[in-house]
Amino acid sequence: MASQEILREEPRSGSFINDPKVRGIFFQAVVVIVLVALVWWIVQNTIDNLTRLRIASGFGFLRGRAGFDISDSAIAYSSDSTYGRAILVGFINTLIVAVSGIITATIIGFILGVGRLSHNWLIRKICTVYVEVFRNIPPLLVIFFWYSGVLSVLPAPRESINLPFSSFLNQRGFYFPRAVWGEGSWLILVALLLGIAMAWFVARKARQRQMATGQQFPVFWTSAALIIGLPLLAYALSGFPLSFDYPKQSTFNLTGGFQVKPEFLSLYLALSFYTAAFIAEIVRAGIMGVSKGQTEAAGALGLRPGSILRLVVIPQAMRIVIPPLTSQYLNLTKNSSLAIAIGYPDLTATTGTVLNQTGQAIECVLIMMVVYLALSLLTSAIMNVVNARMALVER
Amino acid sequence: MQEHDLSFVRVEMALAQSAPASERGLGAWIRKNLIASTGDTILTIIGIVLVAMILPQLISWALINAQWTGTDRTFCATVAQGGIQPDGWSGACWAFVNAKFGQFMFGRYPIDERWRPILVAILFVALLVPLLIPKVPRKGLNAILFFGALPIVAFILLVGGVFGLPHVETPLWGGLLVTLTLSFVGIAVSLPIGIVLALGRRSKMPIVKMLCVIFIETVRGIPLITVLFMASVMLPLFLPAGVTFDKFLRALIGVSLFAAAYMAEVVRGGLQAIPKGQYEGADSLGLGYWQKMGLIVLPQALKLVIPGIVNTFIGMFKDTSLVSIISMFDLLGVVKQNFSDANWATPQTARSGLVFAAFVFWMFCFGMSRYSMFTERRLDTSYKR
Amino acid sequence: MKHIAIGILGAAALGLVASAASAATLDDVKAKGFIQCGVSTGLAGFSAPDDKGDWQGIDADFCRAVAAAVFGDGTKVKFTPLSAKERFTALQSGEIDVLSRNTTWTINRDTALGLNFVGITYYDGQGFMINAKKLPGVNSALQLSGAAVCVQSGTTTELNLADYFKSNKMEYNPVVFEKLEEVNAAYDAGRCDVYTTDQSGLYGIRLTLGAPADHVVLPEIISKEPLGPAVRQGDDQWYHIVKWTYFALLQAEELGITKANVDEMKNSDNPEIKRVLGTEPDTKIGTDLGVSNDWVVNIVKAVGNYGEMFERNVGSGSPLKIARGINALWTKGGLQYSPPIR
Repeated sequence: MASQEILREEPRSGSFINDPKVRGIFFQAVVVIVLVALVWWIVQNTIDNLTRLRIASGFGFLRGRAGFDISDSAIAYSSDSTYGRAILVGFINTLIVAVSGIITATIIGFILGVGRLSHNWLIRKICTVYVEVFRNIPPLLVIFFWYSGVLSVLPAPRESINLPFSSFLNQRGFYFPRAVWGEGSWLILVALLLGIAMAWFVARKARQRQMATGQQFPVFWTSAALIIGLPLLAYALSGFPLSFDYPKQSTFNLTGGFQVKPEFLSLYLALSFYTAAFIAEIVRAGIMGVSKGQTEAAGALGLRPGSILRLVVIPQAMRIVIPPLTSQYLNLTKNSSLAIAIGYPDLTATTGTVLNQTGQAIECVLIMMVVYLALSLLTSAIMNVVNARMALVER
Repeated sequence: MQEHDLSFVRVEMALAQSAPASERGLGAWIRKNLIASTGDTILTIIGIVLVAMILPQLISWALINAQWTGTDRTFCATVAQGGIQPDGWSGACWAFVNAKFGQFMFGRYPIDERWRPILVAILFVALLVPLLIPKVPRKGLNAILFFGALPIVAFILLVGGVFGLPHVETPLWGGLLVTLTLSFVGIAVSLPIGIVLALGRRSKMPIVKMLCVIFIETVRGIPLITVLFMASVMLPLFLPAGVTFDKFLRALIGVSLFAAAYMAEVVRGGLQAIPKGQYEGADSLGLGYWQKMGLIVLPQALKLVIPGIVNTFIGMFKDTSLVSIISMFDLLGVVKQNFSDANWATPQTARSGLVFAAFVFWMFCFGMSRYSMFTERRLDTSYKR
Repeated sequence: MKHIAIGILGAAALGLVASAASAATLDDVKAKGFIQCGVSTGLAGFSAPDDKGDWQGIDADFCRAVAAAVFGDGTKVKFTPLSAKERFTALQSGEIDVLSRNTTWTINRDTALGLNFVGITYYDGQGFMINAKKLPGVNSALQLSGAAVCVQSGTTTELNLADYFKSNKMEYNPVVFEKLEEVNAAYDAGRCDVYTTDQSGLYGIRLTLGAPADHVVLPEIISKEPLGPAVRQGDDQWYHIVKWTYFALLQAEELGITKANVDEMKNSDNPEIKRVLGTEPDTKIGTDLGVSNDWVVNIVKAVGNYGEMFERNVGSGSPLKIARGINALWTKGGLQYSPPIR
């Protein structure tokens, strides 16, 4: 103790060069100079190259007419649209595949993770084999498997497999009737929103009452009745404005209805199944991280097994699960860029096509990087909020 | 003397009885593990149905009905498709894999020179195996040979151009050779960069810290494929006119920088796990920053994160398959390229090729993950409280 | 960023950096001793590796012709397979010296991408191929409304396709892939009804399908696809060498100089032949160009004349069996025409 005091009071009198602060500043200055020089060098080279080769630069090309078509587009797009819109179409497609993939992967992953801890030997083994197989294969290969599998197993359009509700399955994808909303259907939407709002309100009130009096209220059934019942009522009141556009056989393909393309289907399934294997491991680790005493104590309080899982184990497991789960969601989003290998028009693919048609390599790669980065930051931000709400509230 | 008062004292112990018949044997095991409750029984039935649906088909496709030998597509096509197999036949076309095996391993590496990659592989395994087994002594010498001498020897052997070895250009490389070279060189390059980045991120110098954070988070936020695009289309524009890179090298740089960011986070985890006393102890001994890190902190931290490094490596090994998108021919790229060979065009070709590639990738990754688990357990014991 | 520098240093240490300088491509080429030629990743008849890994096809042979003109040896050429996306950057950055990769000449590529096309080695047009067995009764592209069409992304083909269907008020469903192999596989698997690319390509691709006889190429040609080699802008000498290599191939055919008779032809009295083959005394045609005076002899010895090259790779001597058509010489009703070599 005494020696420390001495050291603190008498800083080592050394030469100026040995002062860590001075050294730090000097070192940082060197790093900055080197970095600036390197960046300057790269920028100079690039400008030289571009002027020498007479390549135009800047983002003005985004306003040009694209001239190519995109197979899957959630927003209005034709070959007359701009390059910028083509990239936007790709971006939306990336979002669609990432969000649907994340949802499905989470569901499959939770089932598998719980399955790996099942008392049932067979289920445990099946889940283990699944996880070990999918974790150790490149995602690109999984995508190819699904794609070639989908294409080779399904029949040609003329021999489509008929499914219930006028749905069809063939090599060109999965077709089902598309809802056509007639006049007055906005009422249904309003009713749905109203139902959700009321359900939320009821749930809040019920919780408050349970906290105060201990009496329970059947929240689930009331909410279900509100969310389903209100729109149905609105549907009847507005005079049944809903009709369906059924897929029909034409010369080449089925026309009409809603078509899910095999490219989307295989990418979505591959990403979900691949990521599910990782999520399963995370969930397993999370559940195993909750000490057994918690379960036993809950049992001693007289909770039923379902309630134990729902009220005691899962909330605690979630704390362990969420951070790694976030990085899996990010991975899935990034892996969706593999769409390019099977021709699904996601951000990478459409931007790549634009790059090709315009030759604006730097701008296009920059757009891709910025968008993915923004997506990643956004996902992290959302998951951080969720994590903060789940985090241990310490007294 | 009171011994006679005791009414009964057991002198010899009763033999342990075996468990009741209902608690042992196959029946009990089944009862306990498969049909413990109604729900369990239903699950078991679902499981059996699943297995029954997949397994027999898989075995008959991959083993029983498979065509193991052959010289061209006729061996793997049905009569209707112009081959020799009966109609409705469905089996793996291992003959295709057999015929193209050399290409799958080495790409278009000249046949007369293929002993060179094989020799490198043998050297590699001979040096790696003792390094991985904890009991084998002389780790230091082994490591020097592995990290110092082997890369040089491997480079000379693979590229050639000296000592009378003909020069083999990288566009001729392909198959597993490219996959392994990319991932091993990538990991070797990314580890030191990753360590520097991790140290930078924990540095007290604000600018250095900021730069490292920006680099790490940017790279981790974008997909590898954009990094590879950058390496293949943008890098040439960054360099002075006329200076060009080998395409293989460009991919290597892309993969290494990408892996470095992930490696940095793994190493950072290790650095954070080292108790503060170790840092302070080193300081109190009067060690400088690099001495402190190099002699005290990093040896402990790196040992802690070996499983993490192996996991990063597995990820990278799988990710190398992406180079097939920028038209380089790694294992997956070569396999896919050969699908368009008219000589082997059958409905089974693609499936067999993909299954083969998947199997190779799986073997490597599974092996590595098992090793990582083994080290994790081994290291765990010493840190258990 | 600083790690790129480390990478560069490491690369230099590894000795894998191909050192090269700027403007004078000819000097660079002579210094390194070979021509780096960008080709496709595999298109039968134009550039595709054979079983031994040697590149075959018109585009590959054209590079050999340039090598023959420069070095007197058609084997001094190295090939770089490039995807559609990489091809222009590869040329711009100096990774390759000549891009000979079934690339369509357009004004945009000349002006905005910094390329110089040297000529048209193959007059092509975009066509459609369908599986006649699965789609009996379809014999015109105008019946294709509603079809799923397989196409390679980032090509002029993709743009023409959109224009054609739009101008004929037909609908279609594009199925777009990055690489040719993937388009082929998807078409063969039945993912789409129609395959569209340059007609020459369709004939080549047809051969690689599971059952070539089932597939027919529809008669319509919907676009002009002048395919030719390109070089970088800003080096006129190199541009001239590559351009006149192409014209020399045509001129040789016009004059009847073939691989077989080129040595006899050297003794010819015909002043035009003497001029072309550089046997005229004190001729400076070759040296002015920057090559030796017997450059045409070397070219023809290496790959033959244009006609021979054509027939060997895509015409009657090849599995593709494409007729000369508009690719015949101007004297035979085609479009191939060479300015005089004098």
